Amino acid sequence: MRPPHVISLGDTAFAIEYGDGLDPEPGARVAELAAAARKARQSGGLIGLVDLVPTLRSLLVVYDPLTASRAELEAALRTLDDATAQAAPPPPRRWVLPVCCDEAFAPDLAAVAAATGLGPDAVIARLCAPAYVVGMIGFLPGFAYLTGLDPALRLPRRADPRPRVPAGSVAIADTMAAIYPSDSPGGWHLLGRCPLTLFDPAWSPPVPLAAGDRVRFEPVDPGRFAALAATRPRLEPDPQR
Amino acid sequence: MTPTLDLLRPGPRTSLQDLGRIGWRAMGIPVAGAMDRIGLGLANALVGNPPGTGCLELTLSGPLLRVAAESVRIALAGPARISLTKTTGERRTLAPDRSWRLERGDLLEIGPINGSLVAYLAVEGGFAIAPLLGSLSTHLAAGLGPLGGRTLEAGPLPLCRDNAEPGPERRLTRPLPYGDGPIRLVPGPQADAFTPDALATLLSSCYQVGTRSDRMGMRLEGPKLRHRGQADIVSDGIVAGCLQVPGDGSPILLLADHQTTGGYAKIATAISADLPRLGRALPGDRLEFRAVTVAEAEAVRRAQERAMQDCLDSLAPVEENGRIDLAALYRAELISGAVTGDEEPVAPPSAGTI
Repeated sequence: MRPPHVISLGDTAFAIEYGDGLDPEPGARVAELAAAARKARQSGGLIGLVDLVPTLRSLLVVYDPLTASRAELEAALRTLDDATAQAAPPPPRRWVLPVCCDEAFAPDLAAVAAATGLGPDAVIARLCAPAYVVGMIGFLPGFAYLTGLDPALRLPRRADPRPRVPAGSVAIADTMAAIYPSDSPGGWHLLGRCPLTLFDPAWSPPVPLAAGDRVRFEPVDPGRFAALAATRPRLEPDPQR
Repeated sequence: MTPTLDLLRPGPRTSLQDLGRIGWRAMGIPVAGAMDRIGLGLANALVGNPPGTGCLELTLSGPLLRVAAESVRIALAGPARISLTKTTGERRTLAPDRSWRLERGDLLEIGPINGSLVAYLAVEGGFAIAPLLGSLSTHLAAGLGPLGGRTLEAGPLPLCRDNAEPGPERRLTRPLPYGDGPIRLVPGPQADAFTPDALATLLSSCYQVGTRSDRMGMRLEGPKLRHRGQADIVSDGIVAGCLQVPGDGSPILLLADHQTTGGYAKIATAISADLPRLGRALPGDRLEFRAVTVAEAEAVRRAQERAMQDCLDSLAPVEENGRIDLAALYRAELISGAVTGDEEPVAPPSAGTI
């Protein structure tokens, strides 16, 4: 992996970039640095730090130019990065998300099965096999980009994006999987539906998933889906796995 | 009864905004907030509110409001025409950029905003509306904010206070530090994703604000900027001011409602001191750009903040009976030398001066 380098976003942000985003390792380094920076801020350090956005290849550092300078914060974060590179990373949180791939919730299952040459059951099995890594959350509140999709399912985005993808849709495109936390336009292939809420502004935190977490999909039948959709139990990390 | 400001007609695109929903970007939750932080700050200071209090952001034109409280102090920051109709039928024009005390039944009509996209209406004490994730800001695309995260519809807006102490009112006495000249840019974060002449083209050309601009981004019409390869990058973090360039080569300058991450290469980022000016820009306005370093940008922003504080420290009292407070004017003139005296509140300003 190349050494991190820093890129400028004006006088309110810079990004510490670890790679091109296609290698899974930079994502882990980003999550570790973000965790260390949050900890430093909680103990009174990193004055002027406004926000941190872990992404697939970089950590965006947003700062207030009235209380900090880029030069100071960049130096402090480089020191922190050297320290975290030496330390063993904490174990990631793990989540198991139910997904129903009944045809009512999987409008693109047949097309994906045809395009990949796999049968529908094999597509579902390959969707639910990996332990995905939350590479970043962006695009919409709570929209988690999940890296680690089975290469056999790799397809470009749909040529005709849908004006409305229903909330909970489990989708794939290119090298990633995702769940739409709210209704939105979208061009990914829809393979199922998750009945749980992924963003609720009344929760603390409002989004349970975070960059660096591990996520697995667990297939459920329509009856189980309906029961979960009716009660919408709050998503909890899985202590077993 | 809850004191309210009743929106009889909301205006074309009126929303609640403050300094934004800050600290949630890692969850994909956008910041939103005022397009023009200077205007928001002035409106609040005129009515004595803390700087980040939620205001109504008015776009292009304003609402028709009725006071349903014993009295309320309001201020409009921005070049808009304001007319007041008392319950007696008496009508007068009110100057912007100063505070006014209104009484129950008063009708306030805020007309077209001239020379700015947005203007801000503050009420003393603020609106009695519960913040969402620490902010009253409205993000229109995500439908995120109090009151459903939408532009305001006709209806009552609850106020924190039922009455306002009589005067003195306050007025702006010196020009606000919006800055002028070319918009300043820091090259990057992905300037190297473009052809070698793309940055030179951006810095030597005139761009026009496109009509398809909105709170998420300003579309710039002018010479196209070419990528060396693909326009798409692996999505990364963005901030307001980033100039992202999709495959068609036409730059989009991201504004208050931008998403937290994006997948287009960004050639440069407008400095934070120029964001209020950009937030006020109207479709058809022409923009030119100039490159600065991060350290220069930080210094410009700090100087702007000091100038803004000077403006707020020099807000001058106005006597309630309509006469100019000569002593206050004299003091302000001693400080700034920039008092024009053309905002005398009794004589309505002519259309040309609003």
